[in-house]
Amino acid sequence: MPQPTQRPVPQAIVALGAALLCIGSYWGLAKAPAEVFMGDVQRIMYVHVPTAWNAMLALTYAFICAVSFLFTNSWKWDNRLEAALEVGVVLSLLLCTQGAIWAKPTWGVWWDWDPRLTTTAVLVFAFGGILALRTFVDDPMKRAVWSAVACIVAFADVPLVYFSVKWWNSLHQAQSTPETVSKAFHWPLRINAFGILFLWTGLLTLRARTAALRLRSEIAPPLPERPRALSEARIAGGGG
Amino acid sequence: MTALVAMLRKDLLLQWRGRAQIVAIFAFGAATLLLFSFAIGPDSVALRQHAAGFLWLGLLLASTLSLADSFEGEMEEQALEGLLLLPASARAIYYGKAIANCAQLTLMGAALVSLIVVLYDAGTLRLLSLLGVIVLGATGLSAPGTLYAAMTAQSRARQTLLPLLLFPLVVPVLLAAVKATSLLILGDPMGQLGSWASLLGVFAVVHWALGGMFFERVVED
Repeated sequence: MPQPTQRPVPQAIVALGAALLCIGSYWGLAKAPAEVFMGDVQRIMYVHVPTAWNAMLALTYAFICAVSFLFTNSWKWDNRLEAALEVGVVLSLLLCTQGAIWAKPTWGVWWDWDPRLTTTAVLVFAFGGILALRTFVDDPMKRAVWSAVACIVAFADVPLVYFSVKWWNSLHQAQSTPETVSKAFHWPLRINAFGILFLWTGLLTLRARTAALRLRSEIAPPLPERPRALSEARIAGGGG
Repeated sequence: MTALVAMLRKDLLLQWRGRAQIVAIFAFGAATLLLFSFAIGPDSVALRQHAAGFLWLGLLLASTLSLADSFEGEMEEQALEGLLLLPASARAIYYGKAIANCAQLTLMGAALVSLIVVLYDAGTLRLLSLLGVIVLGATGLSAPGTLYAAMTAQSRARQTLLPLLLFPLVVPVLLAAVKATSLLILGDPMGQLGSWASLLGVFAVVHWALGGMFFERVVED
């Protein structure tokens, strides 16, 4: 298994992402004009919409990692899968929270059974369940294969969940893209989108390194036992 | 095909021999139907209106017990490894077990229908259509359920993991089956039954294909 690299590139990417997020948020909160109908409530869009894009991106990356692992059996894809699942679930959870905060003043309720909102909530539970599965399986190979399979199955289920809920109930406004919003809102939206992208990419790389280290300790052969007399002498002498 | 029939026969025979367990799971489903009516109150109109939802929730909760039970026996004395050593593909083992689970869930669903007729006065004369919806719903539940039961049976906290993995995945089945059953019970003036049945069919096709594709990787050492 390859040694995990220790170059500080991910930390730099995280710092760049955090800086971009600060600039984009300041722009969105202080510089960009208020929206005509929603007023200041709309400003949550500058984090909500980029979070939505990046959550979908992170879960799509998890799916790519799952497929790659099943084809190659390479541990690096399992480490990336674990990291991408965590990042995707956290972003989806943030998305639901931001959605609820926006929904209360706009729709009058914290939660509505809208297709996109409901699909995101289902995604949190579906991919969160896979993280739970990883916790409760001790064998690294079984853990990797099962979570990869569960990830592919859950990802394939996303369109079915979305369309079933859409037929059932629909209230959400049209999806926000640079084409559907005024040019005055473009820059903070784009800066925040790249900020969150860099942030999760850096965090994902760092988390994948941690997963690689844990895997090394799990599949490493046990250390040879020390001679009993020597160990006891060290304990008595307080030696390490 | 011979292997699939042999596996199906084995699983149906095991279910028949352990029929006391099936009766216990049915009793669990029936108890949930009774409890749902306490949650709503004695309003007969409301109970009839929500009968389809209660039926499918009862069946979904009972399904986690029956699906987990289908792999319980395979874990004893490494029976699953013995099965994998047989000259039969893992796919035959999966489909045999999934069909047996589907049959068991269909039977349980049909039995629970008789209870919602008695408890909630929620009957229909379109019995064949209702049976079709139950078969499609059971098909949708059993495909991912069998795949996940194979994983969770070999892990710690299996009682928690199976519903945790299965419930979010089968949201489309629950929605479509509840809507279709509701339309049969309360009437279908807009002719929507076919759309919901199609959704159940698409879900079943996707998940039966995925289950057959990945089962071998899930059970291999």
